[in-house]
Amino acid sequence: MRLNRYQRRRAVNVLVSALAFLCAAITIIPLLMILGHLLAQGAKAVNLDFFTQLPKPVGEVGGGMANAIVGTLILIGLACLVGLPIGIIGGIYLAEFGNNKTGWLVRFMSDVLNGTPSIVIGIFAYTVVVLPMKRFSALAGGFALGIIMIPTVIRATEELVKLVPTSVREAGLALGIPQWRVILRIVVPSAKTGIVTGVLLAVARIGGETAPLLFTAFGNQFWQQRLDQPIASLPVQVFTYAISPFEDWHRQAWAGALVLVAMILITSVLTRVVTRGQYRSMR
Amino acid sequence: MSSFEALPAPAVLPRAGGANVADRLFRGTTLLFALSVVVIMVLMVGAMLRTALPAIRAFGWHFPFTSTWDPVAERFGALPFIYGTLVSSLLALSIAVPLSLGGAIFLVELAPHWLAQPIAFLIDLLASIPSVVYGLWGIFILAPWLRTTVQPTLAALLGFLPLFQGPAYGVGMLAAGMILAIMVIPFISGVSREVLMAVPNSQREAALALGATKWEAIRTAVLPYSRSGIIGAIILGLGRALGETMAVTMVIGNRPEIALSLFAPGYTMASVIANEFAEATSDFHLAALIEIGLLLFGVTILVNGLARLLVWSVAGNGAATVRE
Amino acid sequence: MLTGLAVEKLGAWFGQKQVLNGISMTIGPNLVTAVIGPSGCGKSTLIRCLNRLHETVPGARQSGRVLLDGQNIYLMDPVQVRRTIGMVFQKPNPFPSMSIYDNVAAGLRLNGIRERRPLDEIVEKSLRMAALWEEVNDRLDKPGISLSGGQQQRLCIARAIAIEPQVLLMDEPCSALDPISTAKIEELIQELKKALTIVIVTHNMQQAARVSDYTGFLLLGELIEFDETPKLFTNPRDKRTEDYITGRFG
Repeated sequence: MRLNRYQRRRAVNVLVSALAFLCAAITIIPLLMILGHLLAQGAKAVNLDFFTQLPKPVGEVGGGMANAIVGTLILIGLACLVGLPIGIIGGIYLAEFGNNKTGWLVRFMSDVLNGTPSIVIGIFAYTVVVLPMKRFSALAGGFALGIIMIPTVIRATEELVKLVPTSVREAGLALGIPQWRVILRIVVPSAKTGIVTGVLLAVARIGGETAPLLFTAFGNQFWQQRLDQPIASLPVQVFTYAISPFEDWHRQAWAGALVLVAMILITSVLTRVVTRGQYRSMR
Repeated sequence: MSSFEALPAPAVLPRAGGANVADRLFRGTTLLFALSVVVIMVLMVGAMLRTALPAIRAFGWHFPFTSTWDPVAERFGALPFIYGTLVSSLLALSIAVPLSLGGAIFLVELAPHWLAQPIAFLIDLLASIPSVVYGLWGIFILAPWLRTTVQPTLAALLGFLPLFQGPAYGVGMLAAGMILAIMVIPFISGVSREVLMAVPNSQREAALALGATKWEAIRTAVLPYSRSGIIGAIILGLGRALGETMAVTMVIGNRPEIALSLFAPGYTMASVIANEFAEATSDFHLAALIEIGLLLFGVTILVNGLARLLVWSVAGNGAATVRE
Repeated sequence: MLTGLAVEKLGAWFGQKQVLNGISMTIGPNLVTAVIGPSGCGKSTLIRCLNRLHETVPGARQSGRVLLDGQNIYLMDPVQVRRTIGMVFQKPNPFPSMSIYDNVAAGLRLNGIRERRPLDEIVEKSLRMAALWEEVNDRLDKPGISLSGGQQQRLCIARAIAIEPQVLLMDEPCSALDPISTAKIEELIQELKKALTIVIVTHNMQQAARVSDYTGFLLLGELIEFDETPKLFTNPRDKRTEDYITGRFG
């Protein structure tokens, strides 16, 4: 009887462990399926033209998304102009002087911003950039993406600057170097790798954003250089093609998605590999 | 000691004049940049409120409780979208929560390190796939599979429930819920793992020392200890699901109707903004869409705030933002 | 002629907690002055008050005067004070992002000296004074943190003396080092005192006896006794000092 009870407990333990394993396995199946389909479907349509040609009108076979790839890079660049100064310098404030009510408020707002749906940030960019300019533009899209970057960058900067030991700050102060130079020339460079990681992860995140671009950067079938004009982007192009009724465009959508995911995964995986052991130097 | 003679400072060094001023200037500058986050949030609420004002004035408290959405007649009510957002998100949670928790328990408590690491990495990878790619996969792979396989099976087995009645389109509430589930799993799973790892080993060992099996130790010692953190993780996932736009827009069917069946198409707050905003027919239409955006904003602030409170109480600051 | 320091009625607090009370002592030029005492007695706080580093800790404050050249350092610009009174810390703390060369040059560069030639000269001179030149002159561009612990500490000494301070504060500079590195640094202190005034905090009484000319015994934030080192160790006036140096209490 006693043995039986023990055996039952053992059996429950094994059963639950198996269930837990099953859960873990099921959660990665969609990832493998999505990556598999992307490769299978996308590989059929990715070719040199895809990277060098403009989109073809409906009915014509071929064409590419060269303008959308360049557009995405331009939008990321614009986003960095907005997001990096606020994120990095704001993060320095939080790490060095932020142990007060102002710091609490900024951290709180940054958390709220982080949880804000990206489409809401798109509406914000629409009201403050598109409405006054009276047209969709690359600037509006970059502005929206830049705001989405801020919480990630500010948090990464704060945490990594805080990781720089007090002894390093004191060594600088003890040399008779003013505090601001100690921070800028000694503390922040010590945290550089980590901050770059945070920035790259933020870039990987905004690179795939679609919703806030729909009514800010809008879209464009052509090359365009002016920042006050609508601009194409890879995610929006994928969306437009995916919901279209045309076979050719569906193929292009898969190709675009494959390129987009490859760009993002390569960025984030490389970031992790390159900066592995970044804290070793601080110990 | 009488030798306190004046000795010139080392000649090579220029005197540091006004370092204090420079320090204060530096601090002030960084403060300005930090405060711009606050300014952005205030501006965001202000600008949206102002643009939404015509709609707020016209419909007042009826807006969230009216189900007419007619841009031509300029009559707007947000109820179908609120309904669609809530139902698709709850459906997603009911799928994602058991899977994420089971997976997190496996990875933290049961799996050997060499297996846990790569699986955790793959789950985290799910978070970095763009929404629009989930949508693409949803349209061309998930929805056809639902239409030809899953929905007929469900209808045959559970067709007596109103939830599983009606024609099988593939796209619809069920597809949206499933896609959302896949998308929130990495968030719920990731934060749950942090929370479980924050449980001190002494708790587990105490239970094991009493002769408990591994599962009994988890159930009696680990889970109670991390309960509020796990609830926080779930609510954080809810916050993600509520605001998710592209993937849902691509598979939910985009019809502003309230239907009981999960097979029927629906519409969410984020989707209607995505679909109609760029082509809004009038300022009034735009105002109504922005009011929906404000509602969505308010709900996500509440949900995220609640989640953070719960997660912080267990795992400390930072766990709630691990992977964002 | 070099300058010493005069400490007058120095008190220090962390928040409400007083850690130093009424410390007065005279630190003679070109001498090594040691401060000993059990851990937690305020040794480190005392030395950190001498270059105004104490006040950079949130909630910390102090009272009294510290005179350098007869001038109260608490009425001077703290940056200027720290330029004149250098410091070496308990744990070696080279700047993690900088090479060996840049570490030594950091104080000079950030104080506005940029031309290569004077920099080269001062870096070499400082490394020689710190007895490190022979070991590192072929790899000046390697990260400072790639050195061993003892070398790192000598690098930090080189960094501190590169800006030619008049006083060098050393806060238990050997506590993280092995005996051989410790011996090297003690040797170095004897060399450095020809050019500098040195204040060293140590929990190691033998070290104080070996390297210092004057020793102060600190207990619970008060300076119990301050005298020439041989006198303090062989013939202490205070019972508590005697108990401490004979190991009768902890």
